[in-house]
Amino acid sequence: MTTAVADAHDSHDEHGPAKGIGRWLFSTNHKDIGTMYLVFSLTMFFIGGAMALVIRSELAVPGLQFVHPEFFNSMTTMHALIMVFGAVMPAFVGLANWMIPLMIGAPDMALPRMNNWSFWILPVAFGILLSTLLMPGGAPASGWTMYPPLVLQTGDAFPFLIFSVHLMGISSIMGAINVIVTIINMRAPEMTLLRMPMFVWTWLITAYLLIAVMPVLAGAVTMLLTDQFFGTSFFLAAGGGDPVMFQHIFWFFGHPEVYIMILPAFGVVSEIIPTFARKKLFGHDSMVYAAASIAFLSFIVWAHHMFTVGMPLTGQMFFMFATMLIAVPTGVKVFNWVATMWRGAMTFETPMLFSLAFVFLFTIGGFSGLMLAIAPADIQYHDTYFVVAHFHYVLVPGSVFAIMAGAYYWLPKWTGHMYNEKLGKLHFWTSTIFVNLTFFPMHFLGLAGMPRRIPDYSTQFTDFNTIASIGAIGFGLSQLLFVGVVLSAWKGSKATDRVWEGSHGLEWTVPSPAPYHTWETPPKARVAGEAFE
Amino acid sequence: MIRKSFLSMLGLFVASNVRADWALNMPKGVTDLSAETYGLHMMVFWWCVAIGLLVFGVMIISLVLHRKSRGAKAADFSHSMTAEIIWTAIPVVILLVMAVPAAETMVKLEDSRDPDISIVITAYQWKWHYKYQDEDIEFYSSLARPSLEARRKQSGIDPNAVDNYLLDVDRPVVVPRGAKVRLLLTSNDVVHSWWVPDLAIKKDAVPGIVNEAWFKVNEAGTYRGQCAELCGKDHGYMPIVVEVVEPDAFQAWVDTRKESAEQVASTQ
Repeated sequence: MTTAVADAHDSHDEHGPAKGIGRWLFSTNHKDIGTMYLVFSLTMFFIGGAMALVIRSELAVPGLQFVHPEFFNSMTTMHALIMVFGAVMPAFVGLANWMIPLMIGAPDMALPRMNNWSFWILPVAFGILLSTLLMPGGAPASGWTMYPPLVLQTGDAFPFLIFSVHLMGISSIMGAINVIVTIINMRAPEMTLLRMPMFVWTWLITAYLLIAVMPVLAGAVTMLLTDQFFGTSFFLAAGGGDPVMFQHIFWFFGHPEVYIMILPAFGVVSEIIPTFARKKLFGHDSMVYAAASIAFLSFIVWAHHMFTVGMPLTGQMFFMFATMLIAVPTGVKVFNWVATMWRGAMTFETPMLFSLAFVFLFTIGGFSGLMLAIAPADIQYHDTYFVVAHFHYVLVPGSVFAIMAGAYYWLPKWTGHMYNEKLGKLHFWTSTIFVNLTFFPMHFLGLAGMPRRIPDYSTQFTDFNTIASIGAIGFGLSQLLFVGVVLSAWKGSKATDRVWEGSHGLEWTVPSPAPYHTWETPPKARVAGEAFE
Repeated sequence: MIRKSFLSMLGLFVASNVRADWALNMPKGVTDLSAETYGLHMMVFWWCVAIGLLVFGVMIISLVLHRKSRGAKAADFSHSMTAEIIWTAIPVVILLVMAVPAAETMVKLEDSRDPDISIVITAYQWKWHYKYQDEDIEFYSSLARPSLEARRKQSGIDPNAVDNYLLDVDRPVVVPRGAKVRLLLTSNDVVHSWWVPDLAIKKDAVPGIVNEAWFKVNEAGTYRGQCAELCGKDHGYMPIVVEVVEPDAFQAWVDTRKESAEQVASTQ
């Protein structure tokens, strides 16, 4: 897709891309950097996915067939770290890089050199993290939550784990600063805050979440580092520290992190549904307020991850009620999407199909989230496959489907060609069927009493595990189709500037493929005004 | 040929299901509070089903009727304050309906006052240690031998041939029926979590901290669970077995434990 972007329209442009590898290494162009983020994310998605398949293969039948328990724990840990920090977050940053300047009429991101740096930190961070697989003592195996004291039992990999998490955090913080500065300062004239597209809005809120919580994570892992090597006892009971304190700090980061991974997804879906319903987004302003409310609430619910840890009754009550409240703004979002579809004139191209599946399946994840909020019931659900089912429903057919939807939606704008719609639909249907086959039975496993993060299980859990493993292999293979679709966009028919009949917004007023430089002069207020409305 | 092998695979699958129970739901359990927890779980579940039917129903109707291929023309409306207020207010009311009973159960779960017996549970990588506070009885409880042999990588032993594979221990914890049992949990190394689904108890064992939980079982029986917090390589291999027996049988068990403890002491 990248070469197509480069060569089609910029022949008249003195500031076209540099030649060779330098174009990518030194790039300060938001489109090139966006592309690199997206390619990086897809690569990590396949690496993390391969680890998931190791997990599911081992769990297909009871007994230990392929891996040792230590390596199994490394796989669950690395799968999570790679998918969260390497696949989902960079994918959204990639979409932000590509689309935010196009959507608000800005020539580039506000801080282009920092943009380059925040991307190039990532391959280094994940190179370090992946290299721990080869170290004595193996890769980190304490879960991505890195709870002490267990995480302090990690072998040589330990400082590398901490360092790679630091790097991921630095990258995210710089990316977030860039997004905020761009959105606040570089909008086209007439584009007031409340006229911004939903994707821009959700990313603005997400970026504030990122700069609020990534330093907290950095602090937490730094304390782990000093506990291990410099004689401190922040989290060590023997030295007067408190292991539970780490959990509080981690989840103060961890819960907003969950919304960091879903709010941009809300934004993508809020762009796509109106396009294919040929109707304006219902309740734009209340969607903004709902996203902001979700972001605010995300800071005061962290201890719902810790209902079994031994908190005072009043603490449990507070976190239960606050968590339940999140259902309200989340409900508003879903109701508004449905109201957007209502009495529209819908067509079902691949981006729309992924968005519709998002609304259905994210809502199922939302329901299990509501169930998990009920503290006494959570004591039964906690650390079981019910939780695994819940967060995979909001992350896979949630975040990942939204990323897929966004990729299909904007691919013609990026490449200048239509992708193969038949292949796209095939990718959609296989993904949707297999994702449910994988994760739905996990609800039953958890309720029936199967804990998470175990390499082997009692025989009454066999059947649903076998089904989940079959689903996982199918889902993994289906994603190869996506690569085929992206490649098909090189040969596809020429895309028009508007691409979709119902498209709305400034990004569809520039040519397809988008030239290397866009909006060197801000869009005229009238043009922009029409596009915003 | 392909069909034949497929059928035989299917046959195997069905045969293996004779043992399995396709359990779909949370157990009701054997304590008053486990039944209450189950009740809360089902209440929220049915609320979710109802809301889901409504939302998905409207969505599906829209997907069927409001499609361009049926000649639908897009309407022009894009906001309604009334609608926003309605679908903000109604969920708040539903949440209140859920929150009240949940809070009531929560209060009961935390009330571990006036126990009949207290057991100190200390978690180790990867076994449990039980100490009966007033009885001078203490012992370790770890994975039972048959499971231990079958769990090894490529052990050649079919897990289906092992009774209670991975959920059986060498020495179960024994408690009397009808007694209020208080658990005092801590850990010797990393964080573990003591979980028995039928008792609806899951409480973390954290080094340096003593957590409390309690249960009172109404019917005698054997109840199984396992460690629920990742605690290292053998996290999957530290099960829990609670045997609930009649009070006189419990007294007899206590006496034999003490006798054998004295014998061990006198021979040393």
